[in-house]
Amino acid sequence: MFTDKVIEMILAGIKDTLYMTLVSTVFGYVLGLPLGVILSVTRKDGLKPNSVIYGAIGFICNIIRSIPFLILLILLIPFTRFLVGQSYGSTATIVPLVICAAPYIARVVESSLNEVDAGVIEAAKAMGAGNFQIIFKVLLAEARVSLFTGATITTGLLLGYSAMSGTVGGGGLGDIAVRYGYYRWQTDIMIVTVLLLIIIFQIIQHLGTRLSRRIDHRKR
Amino acid sequence: MSEIEIRNLTKRFEVKGNTVTALDNVSLSIEKGDIYGIIGMSGAGKSTLVRSINYLERPTDGQIIIDGTDLASLSEKELRKKRSGIGMIFQGFNLLEQRNVIDNVCFPLEIAGVKRKDARVRAKELLRTVGLEEKEKVYPSQLSGGQKQRVAIARALATNPGILLCDEATSALDPQTTESILSLLKEINERFNITIVVITHQMSVVTRICNNVAIIDNGVLVEEGDVAAVFANPQSDAAKELIFEKKQVYSPVETLDGERKIRITFNENSAYEPVIANLILKHGAPVNILKADTRNVGGRARGEMILGLPEGSRLQEAMIESLKASGLTVSDVDGGNV
Repeated sequence: MFTDKVIEMILAGIKDTLYMTLVSTVFGYVLGLPLGVILSVTRKDGLKPNSVIYGAIGFICNIIRSIPFLILLILLIPFTRFLVGQSYGSTATIVPLVICAAPYIARVVESSLNEVDAGVIEAAKAMGAGNFQIIFKVLLAEARVSLFTGATITTGLLLGYSAMSGTVGGGGLGDIAVRYGYYRWQTDIMIVTVLLLIIIFQIIQHLGTRLSRRIDHRKR
Repeated sequence: MSEIEIRNLTKRFEVKGNTVTALDNVSLSIEKGDIYGIIGMSGAGKSTLVRSINYLERPTDGQIIIDGTDLASLSEKELRKKRSGIGMIFQGFNLLEQRNVIDNVCFPLEIAGVKRKDARVRAKELLRTVGLEEKEKVYPSQLSGGQKQRVAIARALATNPGILLCDEATSALDPQTTESILSLLKEINERFNITIVVITHQMSVVTRICNNVAIIDNGVLVEEGDVAAVFANPQSDAAKELIFEKKQVYSPVETLDGERKIRITFNENSAYEPVIANLILKHGAPVNILKADTRNVGGRARGEMILGLPEGSRLQEAMIESLKASGLTVSDVDGGNV
């Protein structure tokens, strides 16, 4: 059953899954982090309240987040084809993963930044700090543990979504589980891929928790 | 020219469609090198007042003039520069939790664009001033409240400000720690000739370190002046309430009928005479001592006593006359001067 070929395929699946998850997390943050900062800054009690910008970004985030990922995956096929030249395979999957993750990340980042003590922000203002200095030196720096925890949760979410993309030929472990487990009734291969997904998830969560504890100076 | 001039300051807030007046036409001037207390009950508007001094709150009306510059005339950038010349400490300390002590002290210098090396030299010097030089690598969560406030003071002094604003800086601290922070503030005032504005609801803080005091009640400045004078002879109801600490002291003795309660304050000279004993001997009537206390007002001992005089208005008047004759300040506890 587990011939060299199958093992090779599973190893490639692990690689593809990690590739999709990590690259989409990184690009998700490239888009989502600035959006989250803008949301936090423009909200009613933010550094520079602006209900128009806050409302517009919030509205777009909510729309994208309310579309089920599987539908988003299909809706975005033309866009994906335009961007990477094809609509299947792991690189193509990264496009909908990023689009799906960015608004989610924006909200996670927003709530992390909103937790920063208003008194500390006021102290920075009293020292003559400008808004950009407050964003980088106070908000992002003080919220880093919460931001990191959010990133860990996001990575876990994208791992699950990358597996879901297997139903439309997305590549990675999810793809193997769907093709062998679902279409060919090879339950053993499906179980192995699911177990591997669980292990990867555990590793991500464990590393995230440990690292976030290490960068936190608030207790001990 | 005073260092801080507050002219006709009014601040109104919109709360759910209602307008709340937090400060109503307040005018004050604070001289260079002074320790100036602003005292009031909670909700009186004193926090809004101190936040107006560095324009964290923009006035609805009126002017804030610092060293001759009207803050309203400054651009955003100029205002930030001005603020770096005004240090501020808070009730909640407001330290950066993810930075260690020395990096917290360096923070305002970092904002002002001072080179890291120079900033660290300055920070070490300040940590020595506040007595925390061996804690520079420690994070705020490992410090006690008093230590946190010391770090906050070092941080507030980093940019060499001419003014230090203290917003209820000792309200979260126990009495002993409060005492040590207050003496540190006094020392800093003397050493650097820095003007200190102290916002508090505790009269003991004002009498301990301030030279001048303003009393704010419901957003209105009700009394202002030299601390010793206000303490000896408070005019406004708010001042009396703060100084007499009415509620806690007098309620148990309210039952004594026909007694007239007066407050007398002693200065240094009268403190040597056996005033009460003389009073009793002279009038042949008992006097009830309801409270006696000495407080340190501006570095001098001030005695304070609340007396219950026996029934009979003529006897009471005669007793008050003889107390005044021995050079004491006498006032009625229930309001008004005798």
